[in-house]
Amino acid sequence: MAMLQVENVHTFYGTIEALKGVSLTVEEGEIVTLIGSNGAGKTTTLRTIAGVSHARAGSVALDGEDITNTPANDIVRLGIAHSPEGRRIFAGMTVRENLEMGAFTRTDRTEVDSDYQRVFDLFPRLKERILQRAGTLSGGEQQMLAIGRALMARPKILLLDEPSMGLAPVLVELVFKIIQDINAQGTTVLLVEQNAHMALSIARRGYVIQTGRIVLSDSAQALAKNEMVRKAYLGEA
Amino acid sequence: MPCGGARIDLFLAAIVIGITNGAFIALIALGYTLVYGIIELINFSHGDLFMLGTFACLTTLTLLGFATEVGIGGTPWWALLAAMLLAMAFCGTLNVLAERIAYRPLRKAPRLAPLISAIGVSFIYVNLGLLWQGPTPRRFPDLLPQYDFVSQMFGLETLVRFTFKDLFVLGLAIPLMLALAWVIRNTRMGKAMRAVAQDSEMASQMGIDVNRVISFTFLLGGILAGAAGLMYGLYNNNTVFTLGFDAGLKAFTAAVLGGIGNVSGAALGGFVLGLLSAIVITFLGGQWDSVGVFSLLVIILVFKPTGLLGQGASD
Repeated sequence: MAMLQVENVHTFYGTIEALKGVSLTVEEGEIVTLIGSNGAGKTTTLRTIAGVSHARAGSVALDGEDITNTPANDIVRLGIAHSPEGRRIFAGMTVRENLEMGAFTRTDRTEVDSDYQRVFDLFPRLKERILQRAGTLSGGEQQMLAIGRALMARPKILLLDEPSMGLAPVLVELVFKIIQDINAQGTTVLLVEQNAHMALSIARRGYVIQTGRIVLSDSAQALAKNEMVRKAYLGEA
Repeated sequence: MPCGGARIDLFLAAIVIGITNGAFIALIALGYTLVYGIIELINFSHGDLFMLGTFACLTTLTLLGFATEVGIGGTPWWALLAAMLLAMAFCGTLNVLAERIAYRPLRKAPRLAPLISAIGVSFIYVNLGLLWQGPTPRRFPDLLPQYDFVSQMFGLETLVRFTFKDLFVLGLAIPLMLALAWVIRNTRMGKAMRAVAQDSEMASQMGIDVNRVISFTFLLGGILAGAAGLMYGLYNNNTVFTLGFDAGLKAFTAAVLGGIGNVSGAALGGFVLGLLSAIVITFLGGQWDSVGVFSLLVIILVFKPTGLLGQGASD
């Protein structure tokens, strides 16, 4: 049984159908990537899984338990954390407080403390800026904070939405390296990216989404060689 | 018209009155700003909630048998404490209920809808007050010690008074404000409030129950209004069912002046407004009170549209 099972999900914004029957699965321990162009439905897919947008039809299940209509604040308790598009850190709060918010649902103090350590090991820059207001961080640091905040929930599965957006190339490499580290430490990852090249280089499997529908799914290696993917998403002629 | 030394006398007297009145205004202004910071609603009923707070205190004191006597046999501190706690619980509960019934169902509606709903709640409160204590002003028992520190302790012959009542109001209001600041800064619920104020959807993805946080915010605002009710009654020794309109307008102005949604701003705005109002009344007369207050508001908003300390409940 897959850890995360999305089945034939239809999600609307008002009367606009953003997802027209999306199905995908993520197995425990995998990095799975969802690639596609702007407006294809990548972000909506993650929002539907995280419970902030609601599927009008279809189902989402975590470890076999149906979470289609579970409110967002309960979904994080079940083990899904979301680092959203545009980072959306709490700009007026300190780095420390942002991480605290990430651990809001947790009561296991000593475990939480070890997770602070884990986040600071992954992102030493955050430790240097621990008492600084998050709004004063650079774009790269804010991205690190958004990922760190999600990790503080100690999720089974981490949803990452465009972690490379707006970052300098050096930082993009670093962020993808860190995603691999996080995965190696045992966290399953569902990664949404426009940077298909980088995403496919670290993922095991991938899905291609176009106008609200999954049009391709294969191993990451196979997708990277696929003619259509190379043309449309890898910028090759 | 007095001149020279007498004017300084008058000025200092006005300052004391202004600070004390500023404390009431600040407590009520906090209720406006907390709610605005979280759900961007101007809770028009808040001034009337404060009025009901004075009534809750009056009824409690009457039931406990302290309706008439004037400071005979000392101040019944336990009764004052009981009245205040009851008024805090009453106003807090009422505010939470109003949110549940009148505002929550409209949370996704256009902005104007909850605003109209709040005006409706205000009418309900005013009429509840009218039923409760009748249409004429009611005397509020004068239970605090009659003592003026300036003349009685220091033996100074001036117009300046700093009475036990002033001390009582400030001695209660300032610790309450500091306690509120502490709750928002340090507690789990306070941090959740700040997170919801900044990005409620993201806060829910942290596992925060946004509805509970909103209820808690209304509870805090109501508690402060209830406490202000006791202070106002004991200080002014009267109350009336129309009290909330004026108090609410001034407090709302104070909240905007300080930067609506900003907690320190509301406290600052309350004191600035109280001081200005007392100075205007002392030197120009009561008829200029509103003119002074709203002129200041207009001037500040022209030069700094976000208010003295800027908008946002992030701190």
